[in-house]
Amino acid sequence: MAYNNDSDSRSAPVGIKLLIAGGFGVGKTTFVGAVSEITPVTTEETLTVASIGTDDLRDIKDKTTTTVAMDFGRLTLDDSYVLYLFGMPGQERFWSMWNEMSDGALAAVVLTDTRRLGDCFSAIDFFEHRRIPFIVALNSFDDAPVYEIAEVRAALDLPSHVPVVHCDARESRSSAQVLVSLVRYLLTSATHMSRSTTSLGAGQ
Amino acid sequence: MPRLEEEQWYDDDAGRLVRPFLVTRGRTAPTVELDLLSLVQSTGAVEPTKLDLDHAHALQLCTMKISVAEVAGLMRLPATVTKVLLADLIDAGALLAHEPLPAADPEDLKMLEALLHGLQQRF
Ligand SMILES: Nc1nc2c(ncn2[C@@H]2O[C@H](COP(=O)(O)OP(=O)(O)OP(=O)(O)O)[C@@H](O)[C@H]2O)c(=O)[nH]1
Ligand SMILES: [Mg+2]
Repeated sequence: MAYNNDSDSRSAPVGIKLLIAGGFGVGKTTFVGAVSEITPVTTEETLTVASIGTDDLRDIKDKTTTTVAMDFGRLTLDDSYVLYLFGMPGQERFWSMWNEMSDGALAAVVLTDTRRLGDCFSAIDFFEHRRIPFIVALNSFDDAPVYEIAEVRAALDLPSHVPVVHCDARESRSSAQVLVSLVRYLLTSATHMSRSTTSLGAGQ
Repeated sequence: MPRLEEEQWYDDDAGRLVRPFLVTRGRTAPTVELDLLSLVQSTGAVEPTKLDLDHAHALQLCTMKISVAEVAGLMRLPATVTKVLLADLIDAGALLAHEPLPAADPEDLKMLEALLHGLQQRF
Protein backbone atom coordinates (compact mmCIF):
# COMPACT_ATOMS: atom_id res chain seq x y z
CA MET A 1 0.00 0.00 0.00
CA ALA A 2 1.54 3.27 -1.09
CA TYR A 3 -0.64 5.58 0.99
CA ASN A 4 -2.30 5.26 4.27
CA ASN A 5 -4.36 8.11 5.61
CA ASP A 6 -5.13 6.42 8.88
CA SER A 7 -3.55 8.79 11.40
CA ASP A 8 -3.04 5.97 13.92
CA SER A 9 -0.60 4.23 11.59
CA ARG A 10 1.58 7.33 11.54
CA SER A 11 2.55 6.77 15.14
CA ALA A 12 6.07 6.51 16.57
CA PRO A 13 8.53 4.36 14.64
CA VAL A 14 9.65 0.95 15.87
CA GLY A 15 13.17 0.58 17.29
CA ILE A 16 15.25 -2.28 15.90
CA LYS A 17 18.09 -3.17 18.25
CA LEU A 18 21.10 -5.11 17.00
CA LEU A 19 24.15 -6.08 19.06
CA ILE A 20 27.77 -6.11 17.93
CA ALA A 21 29.84 -8.39 20.11
CA GLY A 22 33.23 -10.06 20.14
CA GLY A 23 36.52 -10.10 21.97
CA PHE A 24 38.83 -7.29 22.93
CA GLY A 25 40.02 -5.09 20.04
CA VAL A 26 38.17 -7.08 17.38
CA GLY A 27 36.67 -4.03 15.68
CA LYS A 28 33.31 -3.52 17.44
CA THR A 29 33.62 0.26 17.74
CA THR A 30 34.84 0.50 14.14
CA PHE A 31 31.88 -1.58 12.94
CA VAL A 32 29.28 0.52 14.76
CA GLY A 33 30.89 3.68 13.37
CA ALA A 34 30.89 2.30 9.84
CA VAL A 35 27.12 1.87 9.80
CA SER A 36 25.86 4.60 12.14
CA GLU A 37 24.49 7.88 10.80
CA ILE A 38 25.61 9.67 13.94
CA THR A 39 29.18 9.73 15.15
CA PRO A 40 29.14 6.59 17.25
CA VAL A 41 29.23 7.38 20.90
CA THR A 42 31.25 5.32 23.31
CA THR A 43 30.10 5.36 26.87
CA GLU A 44 32.46 4.62 29.68
CA GLU A 45 30.53 2.41 32.02
CA THR A 46 31.83 2.40 35.54
CA LEU A 47 31.11 -0.89 37.18
CA THR A 48 31.70 -1.82 40.74
CA VAL A 49 32.93 -5.36 41.00
CA ALA A 50 33.49 -7.26 44.19
CA SER A 51 37.15 -8.08 44.27
CA ILE A 52 37.93 -11.66 43.57
CA GLY A 53 40.23 -13.76 45.69
CA THR A 54 38.85 -12.77 49.06
CA ASP A 55 37.08 -15.57 50.84
CA ASP A 56 36.27 -13.49 53.86
CA LEU A 57 32.70 -12.23 53.55
CA ARG A 58 33.55 -9.24 55.71
CA ASP A 59 35.68 -8.06 52.82
CA ILE A 60 32.62 -7.71 50.62
CA LYS A 61 32.83 -3.95 51.12
CA ASP A 62 36.20 -4.03 49.43
CA LYS A 63 35.08 -3.36 45.91
CA THR A 64 37.08 -2.23 42.98
CA THR A 65 35.84 -0.05 40.18
CA THR A 66 36.31 -1.11 36.60
CA THR A 67 35.69 0.83 33.47
CA VAL A 68 34.11 -0.81 30.50
CA ALA A 69 32.98 0.76 27.25
CA MET A 70 29.76 0.43 25.28
CA ASP A 71 29.25 1.80 21.77
CA PHE A 72 26.02 3.27 20.50
CA GLY A 73 25.05 4.03 16.91
CA ARG A 74 21.83 4.81 15.09
CA LEU A 75 20.48 4.54 11.54
CA THR A 76 17.06 5.91 10.60
CA LEU A 77 15.66 3.58 7.95
CA ASP A 78 12.40 5.38 7.19
CA ASP A 79 9.40 6.86 9.00
CA SER A 80 8.57 3.48 10.49
CA TYR A 81 11.88 2.00 11.61
CA VAL A 82 15.00 3.16 13.43
CA LEU A 83 17.99 0.85 13.75
CA TYR A 84 20.01 0.99 16.97
CA LEU A 85 23.46 -0.60 17.15
CA PHE A 86 25.02 -1.51 20.45
CA GLY A 87 28.67 -2.46 20.63
CA MET A 88 29.00 -4.66 23.70
CA PRO A 89 32.02 -4.55 25.98
CA GLY A 90 34.41 -7.34 25.11
CA GLN A 91 35.11 -8.83 28.49
CA GLU A 92 32.96 -11.78 29.41
CA ARG A 93 33.00 -10.86 33.07
CA PHE A 94 30.43 -8.19 32.23
CA TRP A 95 27.65 -10.68 31.64
CA SER A 96 25.28 -8.64 33.80
CA MET A 97 25.81 -5.70 31.50
CA TRP A 98 25.46 -7.90 28.42
CA ASN A 99 22.15 -9.00 29.89
CA GLU A 100 20.90 -5.46 30.31
CA MET A 101 22.04 -4.43 26.84
CA SER A 102 20.49 -7.40 25.10
CA ASP A 103 16.99 -6.83 26.45
CA GLY A 104 14.71 -6.47 23.46
CA ALA A 105 17.54 -7.08 20.98
CA LEU A 106 16.52 -8.58 17.65
CA ALA A 107 19.82 -10.29 16.81
CA ALA A 108 23.59 -10.02 17.04
CA VAL A 109 26.81 -10.03 15.06
CA VAL A 110 29.77 -11.79 16.66
CA LEU A 111 32.96 -10.26 15.29
CA THR A 112 36.02 -12.48 15.32
CA ASP A 113 39.71 -12.05 14.66
CA THR A 114 41.11 -15.25 13.15
CA ARG A 115 44.34 -14.72 15.11
CA ARG A 116 42.37 -15.11 18.33
CA LEU A 117 39.33 -17.18 17.45
CA GLY A 118 38.75 -18.29 21.02
CA ASP A 119 38.03 -14.72 22.13
CA CYS A 120 34.51 -14.93 20.77
CA PHE A 121 33.50 -18.15 22.54
CA SER A 122 31.89 -16.35 25.45
CA ALA A 123 29.83 -14.10 23.16
CA ILE A 124 28.61 -17.16 21.23
CA ASP A 125 27.76 -18.97 24.47
CA PHE A 126 25.92 -15.92 25.69
CA PHE A 127 23.72 -15.54 22.59
CA GLU A 128 22.99 -19.27 22.47
CA HIS A 129 22.03 -19.15 26.14
CA ARG A 130 19.81 -16.08 25.67
CA ARG A 131 18.41 -17.52 22.41
CA ILE A 132 19.34 -14.40 20.49
CA PRO A 133 19.98 -15.25 16.83
CA PHE A 134 23.48 -14.30 15.66
CA ILE A 135 25.86 -14.64 12.76
CA VAL A 136 29.67 -14.69 12.88
CA ALA A 137 31.71 -12.13 10.92
CA LEU A 138 35.42 -12.70 10.35
CA ASN A 139 37.15 -9.35 10.49
CA SER A 140 40.04 -9.10 8.08
CA PHE A 141 43.19 -8.05 9.86
CA ASP A 142 46.20 -7.71 7.62
CA ASP A 143 48.49 -10.28 9.20
CA ALA A 144 45.73 -12.68 10.19
CA PRO A 145 45.80 -16.22 8.87
CA VAL A 146 43.21 -16.83 6.16
CA TYR A 147 40.88 -19.69 7.01
CA GLU A 148 38.16 -21.33 5.01
CA ILE A 149 34.72 -20.56 6.39
CA ALA A 150 34.25 -24.29 7.01
CA GLU A 151 37.41 -24.41 9.14
CA VAL A 152 36.18 -21.52 11.28
CA ARG A 153 32.75 -23.08 11.61
CA ALA A 154 34.35 -26.28 12.86
CA ALA A 155 36.74 -24.47 15.20
CA LEU A 156 33.87 -22.52 16.74
CA ASP A 157 31.63 -25.59 16.81
CA LEU A 158 28.82 -23.64 15.15
CA PRO A 159 25.54 -25.24 14.13
CA SER A 160 25.31 -25.46 10.34
CA HIS A 161 22.48 -22.94 10.10
CA VAL A 162 24.53 -20.08 11.59
CA PRO A 163 26.03 -18.02 8.75
CA VAL A 164 29.73 -17.12 8.81
CA VAL A 165 30.79 -14.19 6.62
CA HIS A 166 33.92 -12.15 5.93
CA CYS A 167 34.07 -8.43 6.61
CA ASP A 168 36.27 -5.39 6.88
CA ALA A 169 34.78 -3.33 9.69
CA ARG A 170 36.54 -0.21 8.40
CA GLU A 171 34.39 -0.27 5.24
CA SER A 172 30.80 0.92 5.56
CA ARG A 173 29.62 -1.24 2.68
CA SER A 174 31.30 -4.30 4.08
CA SER A 175 29.85 -3.79 7.57
CA ALA A 176 26.40 -3.07 6.15
CA GLN A 177 26.72 -6.26 4.09
CA VAL A 178 27.20 -8.20 7.33
CA LEU A 179 23.93 -6.75 8.61
CA VAL A 180 22.27 -7.68 5.31
CA SER A 181 23.45 -11.27 5.80
CA LEU A 182 22.10 -11.18 9.35
CA VAL A 183 18.67 -9.94 8.23
CA ARG A 184 18.54 -12.54 5.42
CA TYR A 185 19.25 -15.19 8.04
CA LEU A 186 16.43 -13.84 10.24
CA LEU A 187 14.06 -13.79 7.28
CA THR A 188 14.87 -17.41 6.45
CA SER A 189 14.33 -18.49 10.06
CA ALA A 190 11.11 -16.50 10.36
CA THR A 191 9.78 -17.98 7.13
CA HIS A 192 10.62 -21.50 8.33
CA MET A 193 8.90 -20.79 11.61
CA SER A 194 5.69 -19.57 10.02
CA ARG A 195 5.75 -22.59 7.65
CA SER A 196 6.09 -25.07 10.45
CA THR A 197 3.38 -23.26 12.40
CA THR A 198 1.13 -23.47 9.36
CA SER A 199 1.76 -27.17 8.86
CA LEU A 200 1.20 -27.81 12.56
CA GLY A 201 -2.02 -25.86 12.30
CA ALA A 202 -3.04 -28.05 9.38
CA GLY A 203 -2.95 -31.03 11.72
CA GLN A 204 0.45 -32.51 10.80
CA MET B 1 13.03 19.73 43.59
CA PRO B 2 16.77 19.17 43.43
CA ARG B 3 19.02 22.15 43.83
CA LEU B 4 20.84 22.48 40.55
CA GLU B 5 22.03 26.08 40.81
CA GLU B 6 25.51 27.39 41.14
CA GLU B 7 27.26 24.18 41.79
CA GLN B 8 30.51 23.42 40.12
CA TRP B 9 31.70 19.88 40.07
CA TYR B 10 34.87 20.32 38.15
CA ASP B 11 38.21 19.36 39.53
CA ASP B 12 41.06 19.24 37.09
CA ASP B 13 42.95 16.80 39.23
CA ALA B 14 40.08 14.41 39.68
CA GLY B 15 40.37 11.22 37.67
CA ARG B 16 37.73 10.05 35.22
CA LEU B 17 36.34 7.61 37.73
CA VAL B 18 36.03 10.29 40.36
CA ARG B 19 34.27 12.94 38.36
CA PRO B 20 31.10 11.00 37.52
CA PHE B 21 30.71 10.35 41.22
CA LEU B 22 30.96 14.07 41.91
CA VAL B 23 28.58 14.92 39.10
CA THR B 24 25.82 13.02 40.80
CA ARG B 25 27.08 13.73 44.29
CA GLY B 26 27.31 10.05 44.95
CA ARG B 27 23.73 9.23 44.12
CA THR B 28 23.54 6.12 42.02
CA ALA B 29 19.81 5.58 41.60
CA PRO B 30 17.87 7.95 39.36
CA THR B 31 14.47 9.02 40.68
CA VAL B 32 12.85 8.29 37.30
CA GLU B 33 13.08 4.91 35.58
CA LEU B 34 15.06 5.45 32.38
CA ASP B 35 16.10 2.91 29.77
CA LEU B 36 19.17 3.36 27.54
CA LEU B 37 16.74 3.90 24.70
CA SER B 38 14.29 6.16 26.57
CA LEU B 39 13.90 9.44 24.72
CA VAL B 40 14.22 12.78 26.46
CA GLN B 41 13.44 16.28 25.23
CA SER B 42 13.78 19.74 26.70
CA THR B 43 10.55 21.44 27.80
CA GLY B 44 12.11 24.87 27.42
CA ALA B 45 10.91 25.71 30.92
CA VAL B 46 14.34 25.91 32.53
CA GLU B 47 17.23 28.07 31.33
CA PRO B 48 20.47 26.10 31.03
CA THR B 49 22.34 29.13 32.35
CA LYS B 50 20.63 28.60 35.70
CA LEU B 51 22.11 25.13 36.04
CA ASP B 52 25.53 23.79 36.90
CA LEU B 53 27.73 22.85 33.96
CA ASP B 54 26.88 19.16 33.72
CA HIS B 55 23.11 19.62 33.99
CA ALA B 56 23.28 22.54 31.54
CA HIS B 57 25.33 20.48 29.10
CA ALA B 58 22.87 17.58 29.31
CA LEU B 59 19.89 19.90 28.83
CA GLN B 60 21.46 21.54 25.79
CA LEU B 61 21.87 18.14 24.13
CA CYS B 62 18.12 17.54 24.44
CA THR B 63 16.65 20.28 22.27
CA MET B 64 15.50 17.49 19.94
CA LYS B 65 14.23 14.13 21.17
CA ILE B 66 17.36 12.12 21.94
CA SER B 67 18.05 8.74 23.51
CA VAL B 68 19.68 8.38 26.93
CA ALA B 69 22.46 6.31 25.35
CA GLU B 70 23.30 9.12 22.95
CA VAL B 71 23.40 11.76 25.70
CA ALA B 72 25.73 9.50 27.71
CA GLY B 73 28.06 9.07 24.77
CA LEU B 74 28.10 12.75 23.88
CA MET B 75 28.81 13.69 27.51
CA ARG B 76 31.38 10.92 27.85
CA LEU B 77 29.75 9.80 31.07
CA PRO B 78 28.63 6.35 32.19
CA ALA B 79 25.00 5.59 31.39
CA THR B 80 24.18 5.20 35.09
CA VAL B 81 25.50 8.68 35.84
CA THR B 82 23.75 10.16 32.84
CA LYS B 83 20.47 8.65 34.00
CA VAL B 84 20.84 10.41 37.36
CA LEU B 85 21.55 13.76 35.68
CA LEU B 86 18.59 13.39 33.32
CA ALA B 87 16.30 12.32 36.16
CA ASP B 88 17.27 15.52 38.01
CA LEU B 89 16.31 17.54 34.96
CA ILE B 90 13.01 15.69 34.66
CA ASP B 91 12.27 16.32 38.34
CA ALA B 92 13.07 19.99 37.79
CA GLY B 93 10.63 20.21 34.86
CA ALA B 94 13.42 20.91 32.40
CA LEU B 95 13.02 17.66 30.46
CA LEU B 96 10.22 15.37 29.42
CA ALA B 97 10.85 11.64 29.16
CA HIS B 98 9.24 9.46 26.54
CA GLU B 99 9.08 5.68 26.48
CA PRO B 100 11.65 3.99 24.21
CA LEU B 101 10.37 3.24 20.73
CA PRO B 102 8.49 -0.06 20.79
CA ALA B 103 10.91 -2.94 20.21
CA ALA B 104 10.71 -4.78 16.92
CA ASP B 105 8.99 -8.17 16.95
CA PRO B 106 11.53 -10.76 15.65
CA GLU B 107 8.83 -12.54 13.66
CA ASP B 108 7.56 -9.41 11.95
CA LEU B 109 8.39 -10.14 8.30
CA LYS B 110 7.39 -6.66 7.19
CA MET B 111 9.94 -5.14 9.59
CA LEU B 112 12.68 -7.54 8.44
CA GLU B 113 11.97 -6.71 4.78
CA ALA B 114 12.09 -2.98 5.56
CA LEU B 115 15.38 -3.42 7.39
CA LEU B 116 16.87 -5.40 4.52
CA HIS B 117 15.66 -2.87 1.98
CA GLY B 118 16.89 0.09 4.04
CA LEU B 119 20.37 -1.38 4.42
CA GLN B 120 20.66 -2.28 0.76
CA GLN B 121 19.48 1.14 -0.32
CA ARG B 122 21.91 3.06 1.84
CA PHE B 123 25.15 1.24 1.32
N1 LIG C 1 42.92 -4.43 9.24
C1 LIG C 1 41.79 -4.22 9.87
N2 LIG C 1 41.80 -3.48 11.00
C2 LIG C 1 40.63 -3.27 11.64
C3 LIG C 1 39.43 -3.85 11.20
N3 LIG C 1 38.44 -3.50 12.05
C4 LIG C 1 39.02 -2.74 13.00
N4 LIG C 1 40.33 -2.59 12.76
C5 LIG C 1 41.30 -1.86 13.57
O1 LIG C 1 41.48 -2.57 14.79
C6 LIG C 1 41.63 -1.67 15.88
C7 LIG C 1 40.65 -1.98 16.98
O2 LIG C 1 39.36 -1.70 16.51
P1 LIG C 1 38.17 -1.24 17.50
O3 LIG C 1 37.00 -0.94 16.65
O4 LIG C 1 38.61 -0.20 18.45
O5 LIG C 1 37.95 -2.60 18.30
P2 LIG C 1 36.97 -2.84 19.54
O6 LIG C 1 36.43 -4.20 19.38
O7 LIG C 1 36.01 -1.73 19.68
O8 LIG C 1 38.01 -2.80 20.74
P3 LIG C 1 37.69 -2.76 22.32
O9 LIG C 1 36.52 -1.85 22.51
O10 LIG C 1 38.94 -2.20 22.92
O11 LIG C 1 37.46 -4.16 22.75
C8 LIG C 1 41.49 -0.28 15.30
O12 LIG C 1 42.77 0.25 15.10
C9 LIG C 1 40.79 -0.49 13.99
O13 LIG C 1 41.13 0.47 13.01
C10 LIG C 1 39.46 -4.63 9.99
O14 LIG C 1 38.46 -5.16 9.53
N5 LIG C 1 40.64 -4.78 9.39
MG1 LIG D 1 35.59 -0.51 21.34
